[in-house]
Amino acid sequence: PRLSSNEKLMLASMFHSLFAIGSQLSPEPGSSGIEMLETDTFKLHCFQTLTGIKFVVLADPRQAGIDSLLRKIYEIYSDFALKNPFYSLEMPIRCELFDQNLKLALEVAEKAGPFGPGP
Amino acid sequence: MYWYLPFISPSASMHLMSSELFTLTYGALVTQLCKDYENDEDVNKQLDKMGYNIGVRLIEDFLARSNVGRCHDFRETADVIAKVAFKMYLGITPSITNWSPAGDEFSLILENNPLVDFVELPDNHSSLIYSNLLCGVLRGALEMVQMAVDVKFVQDTLKGDSVTEIRMKFIRRIEDNLPVGEE
Repeated sequence: PRLSSNEKLMLASMFHSLFAIGSQLSPEPGSSGIEMLETDTFKLHCFQTLTGIKFVVLADPRQAGIDSLLRKIYEIYSDFALKNPFYSLEMPIRCELFDQNLKLALEVAEKAGPFGPGP
Repeated sequence: MYWYLPFISPSASMHLMSSELFTLTYGALVTQLCKDYENDEDVNKQLDKMGYNIGVRLIEDFLARSNVGRCHDFRETADVIAKVAFKMYLGITPSITNWSPAGDEFSLILENNPLVDFVELPDNHSSLIYSNLLCGVLRGALEMVQMAVDVKFVQDTLKGDSVTEIRMKFIRRIEDNLPVGEE
């Protein structure tokens, strides 16, 4: 089930604030923020880069290999979004190559299923 | 002359690129700027601006590929810049020297600079900082990881010095856009 752009924006901004609150509330100093949110129907994974960018993935609770997927998405972002000189930072990403490669990475992760990617 | 980009991660393939093409491209860029702007100071500023735009994007590529974590102090930052970043992107490893007593300034000494292979500065461009792009790149990249720095060339082989020296000074931590969770 796809989220509309509006819903995505809402989710992103809400999550950003929750992430901020979460890090402040954490009993451990230097908390890395919310890395995973688990519910009955889905799991939300978040990866924050040293530059403050957050990659958020919503997946089936049984799906494995999300960590490596998040790192892969970071690489795809740094390649196809950032190296495209016509993409301006902080704007929505409308780069075809980015979308294509992202789809490929998602397909690989999905095929791996609940047992994680093979050797 | 060719150089091999180091094999950093499983998805970064081994690239073979002609460094002559790189030197020529950078040279074409600088000479065009000189024609467009006519005075060296403006060209220096433009190079710095362009470098900055490269730096803010390059940092993500660097972090995604090199997997280095956050640096805890400026010394660690210096090490990462010289030993990982320069190696990864330019194939050289500058040495780190001349630490200030407060530990907030250091120099990068480059024995050779791939940008200036075969280049000679003519007399009418004596105040041109040919490799100023590098200063912008370093400044932009560090700004994205919340460090405000001042970067400038203090020695340049193009101007007759024996080595190329870049001085980097830590100004302050950028607190306003701190990724949450960092103390």
